[in-house]
Amino acid sequence: MLIAKPQAMQFDAPLPLRCGASIRGYSLAYETYGSLNAERSNAVLICHALNASHHVAGVYEDQPGSEGWWDTMIGPGKPVDTDRFFVIGVNNLGSCFGSTGPMHLNPDTGKVWGADFPVVTVEDWVDAQARLLDALGIRRLAAVMGGSLGGMQALSWTLQHPERVRHAVVVASAPNLTAENIAFNEVARRAIVTDPDFHGGHFYAHGVVPKRGLRIARMIGHITYLSDDVMNEKFGRQLRDGIDLRAAAGPSQGGAAPSGGSDLRTARSVGAYKYSTQDIEFQIESYLRYQGDKFSEYFDANTYLLITRALDYFDPAREHDGKLAKALAVARAKFLLVSFTTDWRFSPQRSREIVKALLDNRRDVSYAEIDAPHGHDAFLLEDARYLGVVRSYFDRIAAENAAPPAAGAQSEAATAPAAPVVEAT
Amino acid sequence: MSDRATMLSIARLVPEGSRVLDLGCGDGALLDHLQRERGCSGYGVEIADDNVLACVKRGVDVIQLNLDEGLSMFDDSSFDVVLQVDTLQHLRNAETMLVETARVGRIGIVAFPNFAHWPNRLAILRGRMPVTKRLPYQWYDTPNIRVGTFKDFEVLATKNQLSILDAFGLQEGREVRRLPNVRASTAVFKFERG
Repeated sequence: MLIAKPQAMQFDAPLPLRCGASIRGYSLAYETYGSLNAERSNAVLICHALNASHHVAGVYEDQPGSEGWWDTMIGPGKPVDTDRFFVIGVNNLGSCFGSTGPMHLNPDTGKVWGADFPVVTVEDWVDAQARLLDALGIRRLAAVMGGSLGGMQALSWTLQHPERVRHAVVVASAPNLTAENIAFNEVARRAIVTDPDFHGGHFYAHGVVPKRGLRIARMIGHITYLSDDVMNEKFGRQLRDGIDLRAAAGPSQGGAAPSGGSDLRTARSVGAYKYSTQDIEFQIESYLRYQGDKFSEYFDANTYLLITRALDYFDPAREHDGKLAKALAVARAKFLLVSFTTDWRFSPQRSREIVKALLDNRRDVSYAEIDAPHGHDAFLLEDARYLGVVRSYFDRIAAENAAPPAAGAQSEAATAPAAPVVEAT
Repeated sequence: MSDRATMLSIARLVPEGSRVLDLGCGDGALLDHLQRERGCSGYGVEIADDNVLACVKRGVDVIQLNLDEGLSMFDDSSFDVVLQVDTLQHLRNAETMLVETARVGRIGIVAFPNFAHWPNRLAILRGRMPVTKRLPYQWYDTPNIRVGTFKDFEVLATKNQLSILDAFGLQEGREVRRLPNVRASTAVFKFERG
């Protein structure tokens, strides 16, 4: 089992942010797995999604059950093989999992940042990550990889530092959020800021946490990460207490012959509705409340606001007349994109937009559309086809790495963009 | 169809250094060959998971798409050559895809089983649907939802204002240029927009 060890890197030079502010004296939490080769050519940066962190793989010593959030993907012998690659997990600025965030002290005031923590963007995170790589002595990444919001960071890497990325693996992501997505984020944010315990973001001073808001934010998020099919399969209309009426009257009672009528009456009394608008009635309600409660215990409200805002703001096409192909023209990396058919929050259509923009720029791109039932969450789960594609892609990166420099240069020349096609008339 | 001689025969139709789109690229063997031996670049399009995986494995860029949903992802004339090797016969909208092929590529190359090959004719004369090496399926259990002949394709191409640049049959990997509609199990056409 891979043993993970969290580290921290302190940065004293101020980091200018897109919002106009800059942040100084910040630290980034990170973990590394595997070892950097002599050529420093096997580094893979993993960017995290909304509520994740630098702990992408392995477990902490003496802490069973502390697997990293992408442990299915990353580790010895896994698709992103830490026996071959030097994998770096990094926690973003503004997070509540170790990197400098709203819960820390503002060095300028000596007070907790709270709501005064500057608004950070995907681009700012990439800038901060680039500084971490500088400090680690890594000039060029074999790959940058991420899912969802992490995929946006991976994409942004190829635009902000095109010469530093050989491959980008963008999973279940999008070139920007749709209005519907922003709407979900807004509902979540309103739930938090209207919680009486929010205190304008300075709840730390009051010794409280806006748990009610966080719970609702998480419930909304959770619904959007799953597919209707999976929710139905997992919970259906099962009632929380007793047995579901249909299940009770179904196969388990099937052997009992004509007396079915009385069995049904028994089942009904066991699985009866409570006729309450306040109590938990259905299993799905119970599950969402549980997830919300758990989340509100560990996640910071200001971080949630910051991260959802970073999601809203991301839109590389914005400065290019809304034309994604124009925005991606600077990218030099080779790409693998993966989407999941039942993901309605970051639908395949959104990934295809990125693929199309890359095709328009004649970039090297592969795209896998995995027919998985799990919705957006699929990117974190075990699916043989998905993991197989990523494994094969990283095999290819490893093979490139192993090739002698001359052959490598040749293959780069062979995949250089061809001369423009003359329009046939 | 995957035999090497056939693949080479089709590869020869692709000009060196071409930017190629291979529709229904299978495991990517042809594109791999074109990239290595003829300095081509490009992408495959595939629907089947195992084929997508095989392409990624061998370093052929592949886009997983259902061709029956069209080629809207690809711009007009964005490829030198668009290939459809043993793909057309599986498509519901074969005619649309043919037109799309000509739109996206400067040159289209199509290969498909020739239903008018003499053993097939013989089978029909005997009153049965043919089951051959090239068409190895029973009539009720075949993925080939469009069977056509060498001559049929000429008619379809003309109807869609495509001009045929080259056409021949393939039999056991050899080119058949005399009476291909009878003598070849595979029909091959190279065409452009008229």
